[in-house]
Amino acid sequence: MTTESVTTTTAGTDGLSGERLSRGTLIRRRFLRNKLAVVGLVIVLFMFLLAFVGPHLTKWSYTDNDFDNLLSAPSSEHWFGTTQVGVDVFAQTMRGLQKSLIIGLLVAIFSTSLSAFIGSVAGYLGGRTDRGIMWVVDVLLVIPSLLVLVILSRYYQGKSWLLLVVGLTIFDWMITSRVVRGLAMSLRERDFVRAARYMGVPTHKIIARHLLPNMASIIIIAATLNVGGAILGETGLSYLGFGVQAPDVSLGTLIAEGTGAALTYPWLFMFAGASLVLTVLAVSFIGDGLRDAFDPGSAKSKKI
Amino acid sequence: MAQFTDCPPLVGWLFGQGSRVGAAWRWPRGPCDVRSALPLALHERPNALSAVLAIVNLPDAGRSYEGKRGPRVLGYILRRLLNTLFLVFIAASTGYLIASVALFPRGNYEAALEPPPKEAIDAVLNRSNVNDEVPLVERYVTWVGQVVQGDFGIDLEGNVVNEEFARRISVSMRLLLVGSILGATLGVLIGVVSAVRQYRLFDRGFSLASYFLLSTPVFLLAILLKFGGIKFNDWVGTTVFYTQGEYSAGFEGTDWEFFVNRLQHLILPTLSIALGSIAFYSRYQRNSMLDVLSSDHLRTARAKGLTKRQSLFRHGLRVAISPMATFFAYGFGLLMAGAVFTETIYGRFGMGQWFVTAVAKNDINSVAAVVTFTAVLVLLSGFLADIILVALDPRVRSR
Repeated sequence: MTTESVTTTTAGTDGLSGERLSRGTLIRRRFLRNKLAVVGLVIVLFMFLLAFVGPHLTKWSYTDNDFDNLLSAPSSEHWFGTTQVGVDVFAQTMRGLQKSLIIGLLVAIFSTSLSAFIGSVAGYLGGRTDRGIMWVVDVLLVIPSLLVLVILSRYYQGKSWLLLVVGLTIFDWMITSRVVRGLAMSLRERDFVRAARYMGVPTHKIIARHLLPNMASIIIIAATLNVGGAILGETGLSYLGFGVQAPDVSLGTLIAEGTGAALTYPWLFMFAGASLVLTVLAVSFIGDGLRDAFDPGSAKSKKI
Repeated sequence: MAQFTDCPPLVGWLFGQGSRVGAAWRWPRGPCDVRSALPLALHERPNALSAVLAIVNLPDAGRSYEGKRGPRVLGYILRRLLNTLFLVFIAASTGYLIASVALFPRGNYEAALEPPPKEAIDAVLNRSNVNDEVPLVERYVTWVGQVVQGDFGIDLEGNVVNEEFARRISVSMRLLLVGSILGATLGVLIGVVSAVRQYRLFDRGFSLASYFLLSTPVFLLAILLKFGGIKFNDWVGTTVFYTQGEYSAGFEGTDWEFFVNRLQHLILPTLSIALGSIAFYSRYQRNSMLDVLSSDHLRTARAKGLTKRQSLFRHGLRVAISPMATFFAYGFGLLMAGAVFTETIYGRFGMGQWFVTAVAKNDINSVAAVVTFTAVLVLLSGFLADIILVALDPRVRSR
C-alpha cells in the first residue's frame, strides 16, 4: 500500500550514510532491532528444532514403556520423568509439540490463504457477491465454533488428524477475511488497479497481481498471529478429548492426561504446559514484531 | 432539531432519555424526521451484527454510511430484530443438523454387552425424536416445530431438556456474568492506568502479565489456579478455596454462611474466566486510551485550564471506553467456550459441562439446546454492546 513512500521516506533515516535500501532489507532491519520479536523468533525456531530433532536425542519413543521406572522424577535417564505406565515424558512432549506445531502451522496457512482469497474477491467485486460472502461470514461468526468442532469430532473420530485441520480452518478464516476485504475495497479505487481494469486485465489476474501483493504485509502478520490462535484451538479440543486422538498425542492431550496426578507429580503436565505457553507467546511476539517492521507508523501504541 | 410524532417510545428507552436520539423521540410533537438525529447514532454502529462480529479496529470501509440518509428507526430496529432471530435460527439449525449427522445415539444401546431388542431401542429413540431410521428432514421439521414453541424435547434418559436447561442456566450465568463483569471492569481500569502511566513499572508489569495470560489457554489457567488453590489451602491449613462443585454437599449453616461457602467455590472458576478477559480488555483499553491521550481535544481541555486529572475524567475516559463495548459483545461469546473448560475442570454442572457430557452421550437434543443458548447469548450481548455504545458515545448524547 505505502510501499514506495515507506522506502523513500525512511531510507534516509534508517539507512546508513544515505544508501538506498530495498524494502525487504528495511523490514528485516526493523524486525531484528525489535528485541522481543527476535527472542520470539529464536524460541519458535528452537521449539521446531526440538520437536523434530528432539525425539532422536533420546532412546525412548513416545509409545515405549519403561516398567522399571514408573512415575519417576526427571533424571538423566528420563529427562522429563515418566508417567504412570512408564512412558518417557520428554519423548511424549516432543511428539505432542510436533503435532501441535504442525496443526497450528497448517491451519494458519490454510485459513489465511482462504481469507485472503475470499476477502479480496468480496472486496474487489463488491455488490451482491460482497454482500453474499459477508453474510456467510456473519453467520459463521455467530455459530459457536468450539461447540460445533466438538460435535464434529465424533464424526471424524478414528480418522486422520488432517480432518481436524480442515475443521479448525473452516472456523478460523472469517475475521481475517474481513480485514482483507476492507483493504481490497480501498485498493480497488487506486489508479493502478483502475488502469489494469480498463486495459482489460481479467479479474483473477488483477487480484493475483495487484491486490494480493499489496496486502502481503497484512496477510503475513495475520498468518503469524493465526498460528497462535490455531494452536490454542487445537490444544483446547484435544484437552477435552475431541481433537487429536490416542494413540497420537498433542500438547492438549498430554495436559489432560497429566492433570489427574499432577499435584503430586508435577512433571506429568508441567513441560507440556510450559512449551505450549512459550510457543504461543513467542508467536505473538513475532507477529507484533512483524507488524511494527512492516508498518512503523502503527508501532508501539497499536500493539496488543 | 426537528420534532417527532408517531415515534415509538421504545426508541427513547433504547437510546436513553438523555441522549440526543432519545430526546429527539419525545412525542407527540411535530413531524417524525429521524434524518437529523439518527445518522449520529448509526454512524458508528450501522448494523446490529457488526457489534457481534466486528473487531473495532478492523478497517471496514464497506460499512460507511456517510452521505446516506439514515433509515427510519423503527424499520431499522425491526430489521435488526428479524436479522437476529434469523441468525439464531440458522445457528440453532446448524447445531441440530451437525449433531444429528455426527452423533449416533443408537450406538449407545447397540454397543452394550447384551443389546436390548431393536423395538426397545427404537421406542427410546422415537421418544426423543432421534431415531436415525426416520429421515433427517422429518426429524428436523419436528424439532423446529417443538423449539418454536420453546420445547427442546426429551433427552435419551427420558428427562425433559427444558428442565435441565433451567437448572443449569443459572449455574452458568452466575459464573459468566461475574466473570465477564469483573473481567471488563478490571481490564478497563488496568488499561486506563497503564496508558496514563505508560512505560512505568505498573504498565510494564501488567503488559508482561497480560502477554502471558493471553498465551495461556483457559484450561491450563484453570488447572494452574486449581492447583494453586489446593496448595494455598494446605499452606494455611484450612480450606479457603473449594475446587469442586457449587457448594459443599450437606452444608449446614445460616444463609450468610451458605453464601460465603458458595463464594469460596466461585472464586477460582471466576478467576479462570476473568483473568483472560482482564488481559484482553486491558491491552485494547490501553491502546485506545493512548490514542485519546494524544488527541487534540484533550490538549484543548488542558489548554483551557483543566488539570490533567480533570481533563482525563471529563473528556478522555468516555471516548476511550466506548470502543470497548464492541469487544464486550465479542468477548461474551468467547466466554461460553471458557465455560466449557472451567465447568469441566471445577466440576460445576453448568451449560458447558452439560454440553461435553451430552456429546459423549450422543444426546442430540441437549447438544442442540446448548448451541442455541450460545448463539442467543452472543447475539444478545451484541444488542447490549450497541446500547452501551450509544449510551457512551458523546456524538449521540446531547450536549
